[in-house]
Amino acid sequence: MLDLQGYGPRLIEGAGVTLQLAVLSLILAIVLGLLTATAKMSRSWLLHRTATVYTTVIRSVPDLVLMMLLFFGGQIGVNAISDMLYDHYGIDIYFNFNAFAAGVLTIGFIFGAYMGETFRGAFMAVDYGQIEAGKAYGMSNALVFRRIRFPQMMRHALPGLSNNWMVLLKTTALVSVIGLTDMVRVAAEASRATHEPFVFLIPVALVYLLIASVSEWMFARLQKRYDIGFGGQ
Amino acid sequence: MHDYKNAMTLASGGSEMLDISAWFNDLLAGNLIFTPTTLGYYWQGLVTTTQLVFLSLVAGLVLAIPLAIMRSSKHKWISLPIYFYTYVFRGTPLLIQLYIIYYGVVFIDGIQQSFLWPILREAFYPALIAFTLNTAAYTTEIFRGAIKATSKGEIEAARAYGMSDSLMMRRIILPSAFRRALPAYGNEVIFMLHASAIASVVTLMDLTGAARFVYARFYAPFEAFLFVAAIYLCLTFAILYFFRFLEKKLLAHLRPQTN
Repeated sequence: MLDLQGYGPRLIEGAGVTLQLAVLSLILAIVLGLLTATAKMSRSWLLHRTATVYTTVIRSVPDLVLMMLLFFGGQIGVNAISDMLYDHYGIDIYFNFNAFAAGVLTIGFIFGAYMGETFRGAFMAVDYGQIEAGKAYGMSNALVFRRIRFPQMMRHALPGLSNNWMVLLKTTALVSVIGLTDMVRVAAEASRATHEPFVFLIPVALVYLLIASVSEWMFARLQKRYDIGFGGQ
Repeated sequence: MHDYKNAMTLASGGSEMLDISAWFNDLLAGNLIFTPTTLGYYWQGLVTTTQLVFLSLVAGLVLAIPLAIMRSSKHKWISLPIYFYTYVFRGTPLLIQLYIIYYGVVFIDGIQQSFLWPILREAFYPALIAFTLNTAAYTTEIFRGAIKATSKGEIEAARAYGMSDSLMMRRIILPSAFRRALPAYGNEVIFMLHASAIASVVTLMDLTGAARFVYARFYAPFEAFLFVAAIYLCLTFAILYFFRFLEKKLLAHLRPQTN
């Protein structure tokens, strides 16, 4: 059905790559974002400073430039490490720095900075009295985090999170430039080969719109869930 | 070896110029990558990036103002098509939009015979069109939010003065909406600067294009991309401080009063 002059299966495969890439980088970004937010709120000067430099620098440089730096530089860096291992310890291994890993690492690393800002604001919006109340009940720090801070923080973080996810999803298109075969790359190749750009590029654009619309709906449901107990504010 | 110094002294007729150029040549002397030639590529890239970003922002802004007014219209048949436009352009990657325009422009009937063809054949103008349409969509939504946030009291006051819709829009709603939109618009300008990096994908020699060229020539990814990252960082900070200055000026009435 979806033959598209023989490019159909490859396009679907490419869509799979796009989705995997987006979800994996989202997970990495959330983990990095939580760490960054914690570091930014910590009393340690060094942690606070490092996190600030990270969020400021990453958010001031284009995604594509960071991606190329990591992708083209990454292989050289990895080679240097394996050379060193061979020279000093006689260990002979060769790492292949692949485009998918580079994509996930870069996108996760970039959006970790954005997530960090989102989470920091959300954590600060949780009433401190509630944390004190949790401690008064004898809860450990981890339990306070899991039962009190995290669920309430999510309520404030969700709008920003959903926004970051939408931008992240669109950013995945850039991996086609560093040689990863996502749906954008397949569509661009097919356009050049067949001279029919609209046939390939418009369906791909629609897939992005579809993913965006579905996730918008899912985030609205999540928001409802985390808003429980706040009288539909 | 020292000929260039003599030439420079003769040309400038001062010693200060000599110092600077000597310092600059010393700096570059032991460096194989950042020669005056490659710095020239980066400079050309900076010019292209600035042109692309500036022109698309201006054109996008001009488009966005009427679109935002239409988007805030009470009539569904006016606001819905605009919503559709902003939804599509904000929901799809800019790279796809660029590809569609760059590869698709050839297929407009008769375009290759028209007077526009010499312009559209180069990558610069398809990129400019894609960037303009993209930033116009985002800016429309920013302004629409600002227009919606106009306080009811101001509108009632304008009505009580007997202002027509257009006069009210011109004198009351738009001036205050622009001010409210300023912080979000500043972010959009920075976003556009960063998004412009993808122009290098369609063979344009913008800043990122220059970095890719230098990388390919010397196989030196760290030097090539870290240098260009530093330039983008400076540009971003310049825009940030410019908008902070503007906000200070234009939103002075909203700040808490000191003394």
